[in-house]
Amino acid sequence: MPELRTVVCVKIVPKSEEIRVDYSTKLLDRSNAHSEINPPDMNALEIALGVKDRYGGRVDIVSMGPPYFEPLLRIGLAMGCDHIYLLSDRAFGGADTLATTYTLAQGIQKMGGADLIICGEESADGATGQVPAGLAEWLDVSQLTLLTEINLDLTRRMGIGRRSLKGGYEILESPLPCVVSVKTASNEPRFMDFSRKLWAYEKDRVTVWNAVDLKADPQCIGLAGSPTTVSELAKVPVRERKRQKLAGSLDEVSGELVTIIQKAL
Amino acid sequence: MPQSLYGVKEESKAIWVYLEQDDGVLENVSLEMFAKGREMADQLKWKLVGLLVGQGVAPLAKTAISHGADEIRIADHPLLAQFTIDAYGKMVFEAVMDGKPSVFLIGATPNGRDLAGRLAVRFRTGLNADCTNLHMDKKGGLLVSEVSGFGGGVVAMIEMHAHRPQMATVRPGVFALNEPDGNRKGEIITLPVALQPEMIKTRILECVKSGVVDLTRVPVLVVGGRGVNGDFATLRNLAGLLGGDVGATRPPVDEGHIERERQIGQTGVICSPKVAICCGLSGAFHLLVGIEKADVVVSVNSDPEAPIFEFSDYYIVGDVNQYLPAIIAALQTRREVSHA
Repeated sequence: MPELRTVVCVKIVPKSEEIRVDYSTKLLDRSNAHSEINPPDMNALEIALGVKDRYGGRVDIVSMGPPYFEPLLRIGLAMGCDHIYLLSDRAFGGADTLATTYTLAQGIQKMGGADLIICGEESADGATGQVPAGLAEWLDVSQLTLLTEINLDLTRRMGIGRRSLKGGYEILESPLPCVVSVKTASNEPRFMDFSRKLWAYEKDRVTVWNAVDLKADPQCIGLAGSPTTVSELAKVPVRERKRQKLAGSLDEVSGELVTIIQKAL
Repeated sequence: MPQSLYGVKEESKAIWVYLEQDDGVLENVSLEMFAKGREMADQLKWKLVGLLVGQGVAPLAKTAISHGADEIRIADHPLLAQFTIDAYGKMVFEAVMDGKPSVFLIGATPNGRDLAGRLAVRFRTGLNADCTNLHMDKKGGLLVSEVSGFGGGVVAMIEMHAHRPQMATVRPGVFALNEPDGNRKGEIITLPVALQPEMIKTRILECVKSGVVDLTRVPVLVVGGRGVNGDFATLRNLAGLLGGDVGATRPPVDEGHIERERQIGQTGVICSPKVAICCGLSGAFHLLVGIEKADVVVSVNSDPEAPIFEFSDYYIVGDVNQYLPAIIAALQTRREVSHA
């Protein structure tokens, strides 16, 4: 049996708490924000490395984005991943879900496919959560979403996952290859292994592919391949509140608040 | 751009809503979409259609009609008894290709997102995910979806010109429900189902459901932030006395003090209580989104500069750990008085 191969889709995002909104231009100001691995993707990396710990094989990272993603992606190598495939081309820019999932699927196919393709639940900046399912469709494989755990039955070539649902869970089984999305915050991502750090920053650890390398249809990538358009960006209208401060002794104020609450019910 | 399987010329002037059910109970979000869908359909004089998939689900068609549907298309089959992406994906795909609606709305639930993400690619169309509002552009029949972005207080309006169906997933709790009208009439169409067991690759081995938490419609929401120091028992006590329930900001959830399904805000639950009681939370934008629909917002925080005060109707500058017991005591005293 060939070596088990797991691919993790990773995105680099600006740290959400460092993003400001410029209400005069109606644009997001990311200039003072540092970038990091999308936090939900850290949970995906942990699940993937857990698979490697238990079943062996290799874990590769695939990411679509500009060259500055590269050093941040190497954190994944230091955590235990084996190689990075960075899909990088100006033509990939402005992609919506359809174009993003197409490009990632092209990259994974060029890598020779995988037994497990693991994604975070959603990206902190887009938060659409639609990439895993769309990717599974392009790759024409099954999907197991919102997993908190995964086990493999390698003789039957099955993935068995525990899917988190509101107020409960499901145990699902699906044939490999399969796309998995990991429930955000469902595990504690491991730290970098400092003995891997030097290795992780060696040049050969990263392969960069552009649109031509991927033999991507120019009509399917980036802005050109994205059916949706943003027609307007607006500040969220904030509802005006009364902003009345309640002052007085502890008992007075508490009593007053109870009156207000009871009146509103 | 890749072309969608059908385009504007072939579309039927209709808004379709996917009716998600679980064990014969409709998800609230499905009916919420009917309220909004009815309004948009009336505006354009279009048809509002519900797509109902499952086993033994026919009785739900009446409920959907009473909530505003003109027509319900039903796919009823033993292989649709449980949600599997293989069976539901194929069934919904075929139904939509048969009806070619201009607009197709799905609730942004776990299964709804699975289905929408997969089908949008199959149709080669765009998908506006987790929308917080929708409207139809009158002239062109364009769906304009409002998507909130990045915890930063901005919303993006997204539209799609050439690709069909115009797909969107809708965040649960953002639209109010219509009063059901039992006298409403609608057409019920049964769809042919061509499913074979071998088409279903995913198997559900076990399904465990405990008490489902639904905070979208509680009358009183008591929200705790970092300042409650993980003590949600007092908040529960207060919520219990008021017939409400408890929610939290992200830090207590991340620290494991309370379940993630109780996280309020942009990445959590959007609530519309009569009263939201904010305890020891600063008022980050992504939290505010979750309580914006509250009739009255009250807050307690020891930091006089806490941004939450700007978004409160009434506020107390003080330590929650001191004020909550006092508020509970005041509430109990009044009950005793009124019962005496």
